[in-house]
Formats: sequence, C-alpha cells, structure tokens
Amino acid sequence: MIAHAIVFYIFSLIAIVSAIMVTVSKNTVNSVFFLILDFISISCLFIMIGAEFLGMIMLIVYVGAVAVLFLFVVMMLNVAQQKNEWFNSSGRSSHIPVGLLVSIIIFFELIIVIGGWKYKPDLLDSIAIEINNDLTNTQSLGSVIYTDYIHLFQLSGMVLLVAMIGAIVLTFRQRSGVKRQSYFKQISRDRKDGIELVDVENNKGVKIDA
Amino acid sequence: MAELFIFFEQIYRILFLLIPVLVSVAMIVWLDRRVWAFVQKRRGPNVVGPFGLFQTLADALKYIFKEIIIPASSNKFIFILAPIVTMTLALIAWAVIPFSETFVLADINVGILYLFAVSSLGVYGIIMGGWASNSKYPFLGAIRSAAQMVSYEVSIGVIIINVLLCVGSLNLSDIVLAQKDLWFVIPLFPMFIIFFISALAETNRPPFDLPEAEAELVAGYQTEYSGMMYAMFWLGEYANILLMCAMGSILFLGGWLSPIDLFPFNIIPAPIWLILKILFLFILFALIKAIVPRYRYDQLMKLGWKIFLPFSLIYVVLTASFLMYFDLLPGN
Repeated sequence: MIAHAIVFYIFSLIAIVSAIMVTVSKNTVNSVFFLILDFISISCLFIMIGAEFLGMIMLIVYVGAVAVLFLFVVMMLNVAQQKNEWFNSSGRSSHIPVGLLVSIIIFFELIIVIGGWKYKPDLLDSIAIEINNDLTNTQSLGSVIYTDYIHLFQLSGMVLLVAMIGAIVLTFRQRSGVKRQSYFKQISRDRKDGIELVDVENNKGVKIDA
Repeated sequence: MAELFIFFEQIYRILFLLIPVLVSVAMIVWLDRRVWAFVQKRRGPNVVGPFGLFQTLADALKYIFKEIIIPASSNKFIFILAPIVTMTLALIAWAVIPFSETFVLADINVGILYLFAVSSLGVYGIIMGGWASNSKYPFLGAIRSAAQMVSYEVSIGVIIINVLLCVGSLNLSDIVLAQKDLWFVIPLFPMFIIFFISALAETNRPPFDLPEAEAELVAGYQTEYSGMMYAMFWLGEYANILLMCAMGSILFLGGWLSPIDLFPFNIIPAPIWLILKILFLFILFALIKAIVPRYRYDQLMKLGWKIFLPFSLIYVVLTASFLMYFDLLPGN
C-alpha cells in the first residue's frame, strides 16, 4: 500500500511540475512535449485510482490524437519566435488581462469545488447514481452514459459535430484549376475514348481540337 | 522479503518475454528480406550462419560499432530521446499479449485499449526524431507520418469496436476465448482485410511507407540518424510490425487457440499457435512489400478517410443490428 502511495505521489509531482513547465518554458515545442508528459502522468494517476478506462481513453484521445495535432501545428507555424516577441514587447499586450480574468475564474471554481468537498463531507453520498463495485469501469460507465444520460451524451456529440463543421467551413477554400483524380472515370475509360486513328494527308497535317 | 521475491519474479517474467521478442525481431528482419528476395527471384541474405540466419546479428554488431553522429543544429535531448521512445513503446505493448490461457504478463481489464493506446503513441518517436533533426527531409517525413498514423488509427479503432461488440469485454484473453467456436475472421472478414491494410499504414510499411519514401525524402525521419540510434529505430519498427501481427491474430485469428479442437492439433502448445499465426500475418506483410507499388500521398489519405472510415462505421451498425436482432449480444 505504501509503495502504491509513493508511486501515486511521484506521478502527481511529475504532473504538477510538467504543468508548470508548459507555461514557463520559452520554446513552444518544449511546452507541447511537457503537455504530453502531463497528459501521460495524469492518465497514470487515473489508472492508479482504479479508473483504468478513463486513463486509457485519456492516453488514446489526448496523447494519441489531440497532442499530435498540437505538435503538428506548433512545429509548422514556428510560434516560438512570435511568442518571444510577445514577452519582449513592453507589456502593452492585450492578452494578459483576458488570461488573468480566465485564470481567476478557474481558480474560484476550483476553490468552490474543493471547499464543498472539504466542508460538506456527505457531498459524495448525494450522488444520484449508485456505484456498483462488481462491474468493471467500462461496463458501469457505459450503462450510465448510454441510458440515464443519453440526451446529454448526444448533445455533446452534436456540439462536437458543429465544431467540426465550423472548422471545415472556416478553413475551406475553393481552388480552381486543380486536377482531381476520379477512379470511376479512369476505370471506365476505354480505347475509343482515348485513341483516335487519323489518316494524315501529305503536306496537310491534322487539326486536333482540344 | 516476500515482496522482494515477487519483484524479482516479475523481473524474470519480463525478461522471459522480452528476450524472445527481441530475438524474434532479429529473425523477422531476416525473414522479411528473404521473402522479399524470393519474390524477386534473388537469394537474399544467405551467407552469415545457416541460411543467413545470423545476418541481422551481424548488422546489429556493425551498427553498434559505428559512430553516432548528432547534428550540430539539432535539439540534442529530443534527438536522442526519439529512438528510445520508439523502441520502448514497441516493447512495452507486449506486456498484455496473451500467449496462452495462463502465460500473460499483465492480464488487465482494458488490454485492447492499452494496445491501441501504445500503438497510437508510436507516432511520437517519429515526430520527435523528425523535428529534432532540424533538417528538411526528416521534418517532411515526420509530418507525413503523423498525418498518416493518426488517420489510420481512427479506422483501427472502429474495427476494434466491431470485435468488441462480438466479445463484450476489453480483456484480451476474453477476446481470444470468445473465438472458441468461430474465429472472428469469418463473420468479420471485411474488417480483417481493412485491419490488415490499416496495420500496414500504421507501421509505415510498403505500400504506405511514405514517411521514408527514399525517392522523395532520402530516408524520411531517419535521415540524420546513424549507428545504434538508427538500429533502435529499425528494431522498434519491426517490433511494432510483429505487435500489429499479434494484434491481428488475437482479434481475428483466435489468438492461441488451435484451428480445430481435435487430437493432432490440440496437443500442440498454445503459444506455438499464436506464433504460427503471427508468422502467417508477417509473411503476408513481407509479400505485400514485394509486390505492391507505393501509394501517392493524397490517395493514401483518401483511402483512410473516405473509404475505410465510412465502411467500418457502417459495419459497426451492421454488426450491432445483427447481434441485436438475433439476440446474440454478449453479456445477457
């Protein structure tokens, strides 16, 4: 048990330190790598408290897909230089007040959650769903999400769909003069579409219409 | 004292798994080159040892004694980390592979998710190597491979959902035992084909080896690597290929189960069956490398997103409705 606790706190320490490093490190690519380390250690924490399904999904979704795209974008855009300019410019940046506001709101939310948990110990007993210890995580999650909370689940799916369509609409641009390959056209093409036999008269040549 | 004993026992079990895996990776490289050569009517490596079996060992020895060159403008830490990440991820996934009913290192509840997660992390070794080299070819290779691996993971995930619908559990041993009567390759044959092709793309094998397309990108993300670091990339890649074959044989070909539960077949020990199935899939991998030309990049993306993903999603609906209609859903 003690070894379990030690390992748990090692992972939490890594998570906190790498979360700080995400914001502190100057090189943006390094920030993303620290973000990935943070995700990985948080999923280890999930696994250690017995939520193995959440931990694995965290690894697959956040580390395997989201962070890859992050890294992709950051590497392509070369944001590192830009960010340094922000830091070096003389404090008139408009990002800082907004960032401060958001972080203060998040801070108060955290205080409310932790305070409620600390000062109202029966908070956990007031959950509507019974926790069944015989089922595995995956089963119990599935039986809750797809039955009691199906509407919320579908709603979040719709939100994601809207976000996806929005991203496509924002980045979509019609390009003209692009040669597109059509498999059907290629396969259904036969000899007489492509080849024409012409008798060429001497000293006249052939006129080919485009 | 007892805890210490358990600790050492675990270490022995890990070594007992890892060393055979590493040796078989070396053998599989030889097999790959041999199959490739036979398709092209060559002999392939046949000088070192019997049938050239020790060729890979000789190559490895050569790599060990070569100088490791680290480019001056590279990000050194990440440059060195990249092959280590590739190798480690390729090896840790073997922890959950069940070789028989009892011989499995970690029989965890979410085994298949673990496998999927580790194989989706595999892209990091490539991206890190490509970026840290600070050179054009590796970077282009890394970007290609990131897009490719993320795309094909999606369809592999949907295919896994198909299998899970028939099993009702995420545990790999349960997945194998569910195929006692019928291997999933028969009812889910189209999914098996798509899984196989996606596995080719996921491990950057020809015809999807665009990240290291030698005609365009020299060697892709490996361009700046030399010596042992290159060898680690190379071993990690082959360990990943073996892993994908193992995943395919567990999901579709009944894992360690013998094809028929009759006398001459069921006395053969279970791990042998798994190894034979892995070898079968690997030989298919090697044959495809020899006979199929490389895909163009836009064709690759089109195949992943516009053909495989919709088709496997439709198949999920089909499987689910079939199981529902005939009341075959597991667990009730």
